[in-house]
Amino acid sequence: MRKLIPNCRLRRPRSSGALLIITALLTPVFSAVNAQKSPAILSDEQQILHVLNRLGFGARPGDVDRVKKLGISSYIDQQLNPQDIPDALAEEKVKELPTVSMSTAQLYEKYPQPGVLIRQLEKLGKLPPGLIQAQKMPGMESTNSSKRSEAPEPEANAMENENYRRAVREYYAEQGLQLPQKIIGELQASRILRAVYSERQLNEVMVDFWTNHFNVFAGKGVERWLLTSYDRDTIRRHAMGKFADLLLATAKSPAMLFYLDNFQSVSPNAQLPRSGNRQQMRVGVFAKREMTSNRQSQEPPQRMRRGINENYARELMELHTLGVDGGYTQKDVQEVARCFTGWTIFAPRGAAVAANRRLAGFAKESAGTFFFNARLHDDGEKVVLGNKVPAGGGFKDGLIVLDILARHQSTANFIARKLVRHFVSDSPPETLVKSVADTFSKSDGDIREALRTIFFSTEFNSPNAYRAKVKRPFELAISAVRSLGGDTNGGPQFHRWIARMGEPLYGFQTPNGYSDTAETWVNTGGLLERLNFGLALANNRIPGTRIDLHRLVESTSTNVRENGGVEPALKLVLGGDVSSGTRQTLMDQIRKPESSAADSVLDTKASRAEVLAKVVGLILGSPEFQRQ
Amino acid sequence: MNRRFFIKSGSIALASVSAQLSTPSFLERLVLAEGSQRTSLPRKILVTIFQRGAVDGLNMVIPYGESNYYQLRPSIAIARPSSGDVETAIDLDGFFGLHPSMRSFKTFWESKRLAIIHAAGSPDSTRSHFDAQDYMESGTPGIKSTAAGFLNRHLQISKGARDSVFRAVALSQAMPRILQGPAPAVALSKLADFTIRAGNSSAVQGGFEAIYERSVNDVLAGTGKETFEAVNYLKRANPSQHRPGNGAQYPRSPLGNSMLQIAQLIKSDVGLEIAFTDTGGWDTHVNQGNSRGQLANRLQDFANSISAFLTDLGDRMEDVLIVTMSEFGRTVRENGNRGTDHGHANAMFVIGGGVRGGRVYGDWPGLRTEQLYEGRDLALTTDFRTVLSEVARRHLGSTTLTTLFPGYNVIESRFRGVLG
Repeated sequence: MRKLIPNCRLRRPRSSGALLIITALLTPVFSAVNAQKSPAILSDEQQILHVLNRLGFGARPGDVDRVKKLGISSYIDQQLNPQDIPDALAEEKVKELPTVSMSTAQLYEKYPQPGVLIRQLEKLGKLPPGLIQAQKMPGMESTNSSKRSEAPEPEANAMENENYRRAVREYYAEQGLQLPQKIIGELQASRILRAVYSERQLNEVMVDFWTNHFNVFAGKGVERWLLTSYDRDTIRRHAMGKFADLLLATAKSPAMLFYLDNFQSVSPNAQLPRSGNRQQMRVGVFAKREMTSNRQSQEPPQRMRRGINENYARELMELHTLGVDGGYTQKDVQEVARCFTGWTIFAPRGAAVAANRRLAGFAKESAGTFFFNARLHDDGEKVVLGNKVPAGGGFKDGLIVLDILARHQSTANFIARKLVRHFVSDSPPETLVKSVADTFSKSDGDIREALRTIFFSTEFNSPNAYRAKVKRPFELAISAVRSLGGDTNGGPQFHRWIARMGEPLYGFQTPNGYSDTAETWVNTGGLLERLNFGLALANNRIPGTRIDLHRLVESTSTNVRENGGVEPALKLVLGGDVSSGTRQTLMDQIRKPESSAADSVLDTKASRAEVLAKVVGLILGSPEFQRQ
Repeated sequence: MNRRFFIKSGSIALASVSAQLSTPSFLERLVLAEGSQRTSLPRKILVTIFQRGAVDGLNMVIPYGESNYYQLRPSIAIARPSSGDVETAIDLDGFFGLHPSMRSFKTFWESKRLAIIHAAGSPDSTRSHFDAQDYMESGTPGIKSTAAGFLNRHLQISKGARDSVFRAVALSQAMPRILQGPAPAVALSKLADFTIRAGNSSAVQGGFEAIYERSVNDVLAGTGKETFEAVNYLKRANPSQHRPGNGAQYPRSPLGNSMLQIAQLIKSDVGLEIAFTDTGGWDTHVNQGNSRGQLANRLQDFANSISAFLTDLGDRMEDVLIVTMSEFGRTVRENGNRGTDHGHANAMFVIGGGVRGGRVYGDWPGLRTEQLYEGRDLALTTDFRTVLSEVARRHLGSTTLTTLFPGYNVIESRFRGVLG
């Protein structure tokens, strides 16, 4: 019933000679439409909408006028320097989420996994009476479905689980602890809040872009404790800086080290000590205990298994830098993996699991942070992409690799293409890709300069790029709230819609991240949820999120009685730029009585509100609003 | 990606011979029909159930003939069958027995509709839930970069008997890895959710339909049209009208609800061919219990949900096949907490009309220490891809098994013969 791919291909015939033939052969309907679709040049208003949509998550009421006053290029310049933009409102909102500013060790301590905590207390002989009973109960782990980690199991033995949960809840409340599910919820909320409220819109777009480029899945093992720092200390810190810095930060981030298994990549020659002086052993003993002491943790013991894990090395080149055809071999993957042996995580599963007495105090502060374990490192000579990495380099091996990769021409091309695809079009114009890659190389991988080249290019400002991108679910949800000047707490009820539309934040399992081309995600189920999201938002059915249509529309318009607010609503949501077909349909809709009490649909305030919500819901679900 | 290329070049050929074609969607349909295999097989349905968290296969299908089983599991072993004692294993063939809480499976075993493959699973040695599930669902153990799940690859390379949005349905909130990929599939946790949710939904849906109808120039218009068709179609089919038949009683659990809804989709004839659902609660590190307890409860829910489905569908099971899998097995030896840790090989069920059931398939590797994988786990003697290849070939009529499981050398003579 649905054949998306050919549709996509037909969308922009200019990209393919073959399709031009088809277009020519098809009926007048199709060609007429094409003629309508490409205005020769963007109007000022369209240009502003375009910039607000691409450099940010869409216009709020009044944004178009603000940019008009400021001038488009000044606005772009401003956005390219986020550090100079005051952002008090967004910061204030995010401050209400305590986990966002906590260290990983603090999160482990304050948001422990119940099963882990109980076993720790048991070991110490400190298990409180309420939990002794619960400890005998099943269902202590929430690891049973790693795919659906947010949904605990409400299953057959519900009674037992309920008793257990109550005991846990009580103990947590007494001790001032919280359940770990909260952490990802708050992280998602912080992303939503910043995207909605931040004045540093481009910065948020880049955080989203890099989070997806350096994808990490929250459902794997202990990632839920590691991602907060990943967003704050890794992605956000370098989102608009130098690519090399960002790359290094991701390579050292516990979230990435865990996700792509490098934390347990061990040289086959590594000597895991059994005896020796204490100072020397410290790290080695620790590592060994890590591997053997975590029966109860989420990822079970890979018991004392030694050996290189190539996972990170491969994705580093394929997905983070060079691209799949970027000119590396399987041998390079192996050599890069050798260079990164020993790049690991201190107490990766938290102090409670790691701490066998001696290291407890240390782990309490440093659990879940990067450290280089020289004992696990392969110190022989390596050759990476034709470059010799001399023996004995230790930690520096990894730095050398990252340097080679960050400066590689394939990386410049790969990143440039991805940026152009994101900001301009699903089929990136090659000329622009080339000039962005040049800027990237010449500026030593300066992300800002690459972006500047895009925003001031003719391709970016061409009518062909206008509304050429279909919004991803996150972009759709945020832009809808913004366009209506809505307020949200970014809570799980809001995020659930983003998930329903198919792209939960931190919810993509494999390392390639969500696709940036429409054909991969525009599908029947997804579109249905987009329509339902618009309706839920317009009717204020999302708890924690409010819009005030009356204030927005009715107060600005004198003719609501006649047109149901269609024009002002269109102006708000789509800058008034909408096909005559959509406009006509909306007008038809408000004239259709909802109930049998026919004629006077727009006579009472309540009925006007109902019609207005319907109109806004329809606009949010329209094809025009799915695009940016 | 080959498919895309094909469609593109296919379009050229088609377009040049049929200049009078008027709508893109008609064009697409023809192109796709050309590009797919044409099979005249009757429509077969495959239901895949994933036991996430690694079920303890040795307590699900118990090798009671192994003395080492009892030595290594002093507190959690299931006793040898003893007639009249409902706490003991249900005898299958004089060597294996079912967990006593799976009594509802007995009928289907006896009517030879239920087969077991023991010591089966993924050959990769990982004991990470995440990685092992990923490998099984992508169908490529050891390779993380595989883009699509294997069920999605099946959809890509074979033509549906009907052109239906509901050809592939996952009863889950998000699209599971096993169905992710370019071929269309629908993920929903409740059938009732597949609709426009507005107070006066028909009026609002009418509005959307009109808007999308007029947006002929937009790629989204096609998707919109299909969406509304699908919503209307499901509304007309009204799956919820189909109450469980033959006195079937589904457990009121997530799995029970999923199985009920899959049965409803089948009965309402919406073109379903591939269904998927999953069930959790199997990661029994602590106090897993024996004939009663945590695992017993989960197994009872599992068996009763499936049995209700079989009873409900009755004769329709002739065209329906259920396959179950779990990412890996659990340690043969019980641990210090009366539970089991992550292991290796496991047991799979294949259930349906076409099954040569009433048998436990596979080579039994034994449980003596020197027979164990890495000295601790049940060794693997049947790759799960062999089982699934046989299902794809003999149940779904697939002819392109190498595409389904890239890098895996499928040899038909090695099929276990579960499907004759």
